[in-house]
Amino acid sequence: MPYKIISSTCTACTACEPVCPNVAIREKNGTYIIDPKKCTECEGEDPQCVEVCPVDGCVVVDKSLPRYAA
Amino acid sequence: MSPKVIPIFVPQANQAPGCGAKGGAGKSGCGSSAGEHDLPPEVWAKVKDHPCYSEQAHHHFARMHVAVAPACNIQCNYCNRKYDCANESRPGVVSEKLTPELAAKKVLAVAAEIPQLSVVGIAGPGDALANPDKTFRTFNLIQKEAPDIKLCLSTNGLMLPDHVQAIADLNVDHVTITINMVDPEVGEQIYPWIYYNRKRWKGRDAARILGERQMEGLEMLTAKGILVKVNSVMIPGVNDRHLAEVNQAVKSRGAFLHNIMPLISDPAHGTHYGLTGQRGPTPQELKELQDSCEGGMNLMRHCRQCRADAVGLLGEDRGAEFGTDKIAAMDVAYDPEPRLAYREFVERERSDQDAARASELAALSGQAGDEKVLVAVTTKGGGRINQHFGHAGEFQIYELSNAGSKFVGHRKVENYCQGGWGEEDILEDVTAAIKDCAAVFTSKIGLCPRKDLATAGIEVVDGYAHEYIESSLIAWFRQRTESAQPAASVA
Repeated sequence: MPYKIISSTCTACTACEPVCPNVAIREKNGTYIIDPKKCTECEGEDPQCVEVCPVDGCVVVDKSLPRYAA
Repeated sequence: MSPKVIPIFVPQANQAPGCGAKGGAGKSGCGSSAGEHDLPPEVWAKVKDHPCYSEQAHHHFARMHVAVAPACNIQCNYCNRKYDCANESRPGVVSEKLTPELAAKKVLAVAAEIPQLSVVGIAGPGDALANPDKTFRTFNLIQKEAPDIKLCLSTNGLMLPDHVQAIADLNVDHVTITINMVDPEVGEQIYPWIYYNRKRWKGRDAARILGERQMEGLEMLTAKGILVKVNSVMIPGVNDRHLAEVNQAVKSRGAFLHNIMPLISDPAHGTHYGLTGQRGPTPQELKELQDSCEGGMNLMRHCRQCRADAVGLLGEDRGAEFGTDKIAAMDVAYDPEPRLAYREFVERERSDQDAARASELAALSGQAGDEKVLVAVTTKGGGRINQHFGHAGEFQIYELSNAGSKFVGHRKVENYCQGGWGEEDILEDVTAAIKDCAAVFTSKIGLCPRKDLATAGIEVVDGYAHEYIESSLIAWFRQRTESAQPAASVA
C-alpha cells in the first residue's frame, strides 16, 4: 500500500519532494503527487514524506492499492 | 584608542552602566540606534545601509524578501503556513512562491524602481536552509547581476552548520537565526517536532537537537566574521523569563544584535498558539524585557515583523506592485547609477543629521532633571518629520531624556484620513495607541484630530514639519524642560 497526498490539504510547500528516497514525488497542477509504482513506503525506516509534512493527515496510506513489490 | 573624526557630545553622567561605549563614542554602545561612532569601522561598513541591522539605516534604506524557500524542517507553535492573505503582514506569510530565476528578475525590477533598495533577504515562507539549492541559486544569480546589493538570510538554524561555508563563499554577511530557547524543557513547549537526519524528532529530544545545532551554527558564523542577528519570539508564560538567559548565551557566542519580537497570536491565523488562546505580550511587557536585556549588546527595536515577500522601507510594503505575472512579462535592465547617487545623498544627509543632533545635544547638556518622556513621530522615511498625521500607518516612538533621544519602537495604526474626511472610530484607536506619549510630531494635522489629541492630553507639534527627527525632538525637549523650571537656575 503506497502513500498518497491529499491534495485539498497539501500546501505545496515542496518539503516532501527532495526527501523521498525513491524519487516518487513530483509537482502536478500546483500540488504534489506520489507515484504509487515508485513508493516503497520507505521500508525499513519511517516514511520520509509523512515525517517532513507540516500538515497532519495530508500524507496517508492509499488502501485501494496493493503493497509495493520489488 | 583612536580619536574620532567628528567630536560629539558625550553625556557622561547619563551613560548606562554596563554598556560597551568606548571613550570618544557618541551615544552609548547599547540601544538599537547604534551608529557610526558606536561600532568598529568594519562592522559599521557592513550594517550602515542595512535597514534591519541599523536603526539609523532603516530611515533611509529598503529591503526586499524573495519567497523562494517554501519548505520547512521544523514545526513551531506560532507558525502556520497554510494561509495566505495579501492584507496580512507577519512572518511566514507570502502571496506567491518564486523560482530562483524569477526572484532574481524581481530583484532587478525592484532595484530599478526603488533606489533605496540595499538588501535582499530570503526568509521563507519556510526555512532558507531547508531549501538550500533554491536559496543559494537565487543568491548566485543576484550576485552576478547586481553585485552592490547585500544578501542576507533567515533560518531556524537546524541545518546551519552544514551550510556555513556556502554562506561565506557567497559573501552573505548577515544571517538571522531564530533562537527562542536554550533549554530543551522550554523548547518542547515551542516546537512540537523537527525533521532531522531522516527522522521526525519530538518533545525534548527535538528541542535539544535544535538548540545544539543553533549554537554550533552561531559559533561557526561569528568565527568567520559573519554578522549574526538573533531573533527571539517572546511568548508570555513560556519563554519570557527565559529570554534573558538566551540573550546571555547568544551574546557570549558573538551575536551582533538581539531582536526580541512579540508573539503574534490570533485564532484566525490557525496557529497552535492562536487556537489554544496563548496571548502575545503587551508593548509594555516587551519593552521591559528589551530594557532588561540591553546591557552590552545591541538590541533591535525597529523590527516590523514583515512578510516573507515584503518590499520597500520597513513599515511599508510595496510587494503588491511587483506581482509574478508582471515581473515575468517585464524587460529589466540593471543600472546601479541611481542607487549609487542615492547612497551619496544619504551619506550627506546622515552627516547633516549627526551634526544637527550633536549641536542640540550640546545645548541640552547640563540641564537638571531625570525626566523621561515618550513622543510619537509621523514619518515617511529619510529621518524627517514629513508625514501628514492622517496618512500615518504607524508612529515611531522616541524616549527623550537629558541623555538625548532614543528610538524605542513603533506602533501600528490604521490610516485616519480616508481621502479628505476622517473616521472618528479610527481616530479613537490612534489616540489610544499613543496615549502614553506626551506629544506627537507631525508635518500637518486637521483641526478635529488636533482637538481630540489635546483632550487626551497629547500635545500636537507641527512646528518642526519636514525637519530632522532627532534634533527636533531634543530641541523641543530642551525648551519644554526650560519652561517647566524657569526659576531654578536663575535664583
